[in-house]
Amino acid sequence: MAEEMDLELARAAIRAMAAAIREHAQELTDLDAAIGDADHGTNMDRGFQAALARLDGGQGDLGGLLRDVAMALISTVGGASGPLYGTAFLRASTPLAGRSAVSAAEVEKALAAAVEGVRERGGAAPGEKTMVDALVPALERFHAAVEQGAGLARALAAAAEGAWQGARQTVDLVATKGRASYLGERSRGHQDPGATSSALLLQAAARALAGEGERRAAGGPGGGAG
Amino acid sequence: MKKLINRVEDVVDEMLDGFAAAHADRVRRLEGTQVIVRADAPVRGKVALVSGGGSGHEPAHAGYVGEGMLDAAVAGAVFTSPTPDQVLAAIRAVDGGAGVLLIIKNYTGDVMNFEMAAEMARAEGIRVEQVVVADDVAVENSTFTTGRRGIAGTVLVHKIAGAAAAAGRSLDEVKAVAEKVIASVRSMGMALSPCTVPAAGKPTFELAEDEVEIGIGIHGEPGVRREALRPAREIVAELAAKVLDDLPFQRGDRVVALLNGMGATPLSELYVAYHELRAVLRERGVEAAHSLVGEFMTSLEMAGFSVTLLRLDDELERYFLAPSQAVAFRR
Repeated sequence: MAEEMDLELARAAIRAMAAAIREHAQELTDLDAAIGDADHGTNMDRGFQAALARLDGGQGDLGGLLRDVAMALISTVGGASGPLYGTAFLRASTPLAGRSAVSAAEVEKALAAAVEGVRERGGAAPGEKTMVDALVPALERFHAAVEQGAGLARALAAAAEGAWQGARQTVDLVATKGRASYLGERSRGHQDPGATSSALLLQAAARALAGEGERRAAGGPGGGAG
Repeated sequence: MKKLINRVEDVVDEMLDGFAAAHADRVRRLEGTQVIVRADAPVRGKVALVSGGGSGHEPAHAGYVGEGMLDAAVAGAVFTSPTPDQVLAAIRAVDGGAGVLLIIKNYTGDVMNFEMAAEMARAEGIRVEQVVVADDVAVENSTFTTGRRGIAGTVLVHKIAGAAAAAGRSLDEVKAVAEKVIASVRSMGMALSPCTVPAAGKPTFELAEDEVEIGIGIHGEPGVRREALRPAREIVAELAAKVLDDLPFQRGDRVVALLNGMGATPLSELYVAYHELRAVLRERGVEAAHSLVGEFMTSLEMAGFSVTLLRLDDELERYFLAPSQAVAFRR
C-alpha cells in the first residue's frame, strides 16, 4: 500500500480516474437525463481525455500536475461540471506546489482545499443533492482514517467509501441547486450525477494507489496502470 | 433529425465562420476561439461588454455584437455554457482600458464559467464586473431553487448597457444601468413544439398535437406546466398577466414590449400574439411606448414565443433609443 503520493502515483491515479469516467460515461449521462440535461458523462469523458493528453510531460511537481488537469477540465468540460471539477483540482494543486512526494496529511490538506473550492464555486452545502454530498463525507472519512494512523491508500479507500455512501443518500434528497432544482419534488428518487462522478473518481484514485503500492512492494513495474 | 448541417460536431464552428463572413464589415471571429468581436475591438477608453452562452439562441448572442451593443459574444456548444478560457479570450480582446462588464444569464453553468473567467482576468489586472439576468417569472424565485432563469430580457440589457458604454459612462455606471434594466424587466414563454439538439438527434421532449408547454426556458427544456392548446388570446393573456403581476407593472407605466419568437413560429402568428398583448396592456393601463416583434433569443427550431416587458424611465428610454450597429439590432 502506498503511504506517500509521488508523481508516478498521481499520474496513475489520474489515468485510473479517466478510465473510470470512460467506463461509466453512459451511466452518468443516464443519471443526468433523469434530473438534468443529459450530458454529464459525455462532458466528463471529454474533460478527462483532455487531461490524459496533458499528462505525459513527465516533468514538474504535484502542484503542476494537478494544475494541468484542472486547466484541461476547465477548458473542455463546460456546463457546471467544468468549473466545479476544475476548481477542485486547481485548489488541490496549491498546497502541493513544488512538491514531488507528500504524505497522507498533506494529501488531506489538498483534498480539503478541493472540497472547500467546490463548495465556494457552487455555493452549495450538504443536503442539496450535489457533488458536495459525496465530497464532504469523503473528506471526513479521510480525516478520521489519518487520525487513526492509516496511511494514504487506506485513508483514500475510506474517503471513497464515504463518497459512495453520500452519493447513494442523494437519492432521497430534493435538489435546490443547479438545473435539477427546477424539478423540485420530482428530483427525489434519483441519484445525483455529480455526487456519483465524485465517488467514482475517488474510488478510482484509491484503487490506483492500493494497486500501485502492492506492485512496488512486490518489486514489480510501477506506473502506467489505470 | 432533418437539419441543414454537415457533420454534427462542426455545427457551431461553421455557423461562427458563416456569421463572421456574412457580416465582415462589422464583426470578426477571434482566431482559434468561438468568440465574435467587433471588427474594431478593442475600443480605447470605452467600457467593453461581453455576453454569451450556449449556441442555438440565434441571433443571440453574436447578433448583438456591434457599435452600441456588445463588444464580444462567446459561443458555447449547443445549449452548453462556453468555457472560462473562451470567455477570458473575449475579455482580453475587447478590454480597451476602461474595464469589461460581463452580462450573464442565470443558468448555473453560465454563471460559474463566466465567474471563473472574471477571476482569471482580474488576476491579469483587467477590471471586470458582472451582472446576472434573471427575468423569467415562470420559475419560482425562492431559496429552494437556483433562482429565475435569464431569457429574452437579456437582449434589452445588451442594448441599454451597450448604449451607456457607448456614451462614455464608467464601468461602475454601466453596471448600475445594466442592474436597473435587470430590476425592471420580466419575461415568460411557451412552446407549441420542442426542438432537436443536433448532438442528441431527437426532440428534447414529446408533445401531443393538441398540447402546449407553458413556462419554458431557452434550452429546449419542458416548461413548468403542460396543458391543452387554446386560442392565442387566452395564452397571451395568461403569460402577460403573470409578467405584469410580478414586478408588478402599474397603470401609467411606460414599457418596451418585446414579443420574441422561439425559432419556428411564423411572423404572422407573432403579430397575432402581439395584437393580443397590446390589448392586455391597454386594459391594464400600461403604455407600450416601444415594440419589438421577431426572433431575438431563440431555442433552435422550437415553435412558440415569449413575452418580455421592460419598465422605462427617462434614462433607460434614452439608451434604448440610442443608435446600434449590431447585426441583429440596427437602429
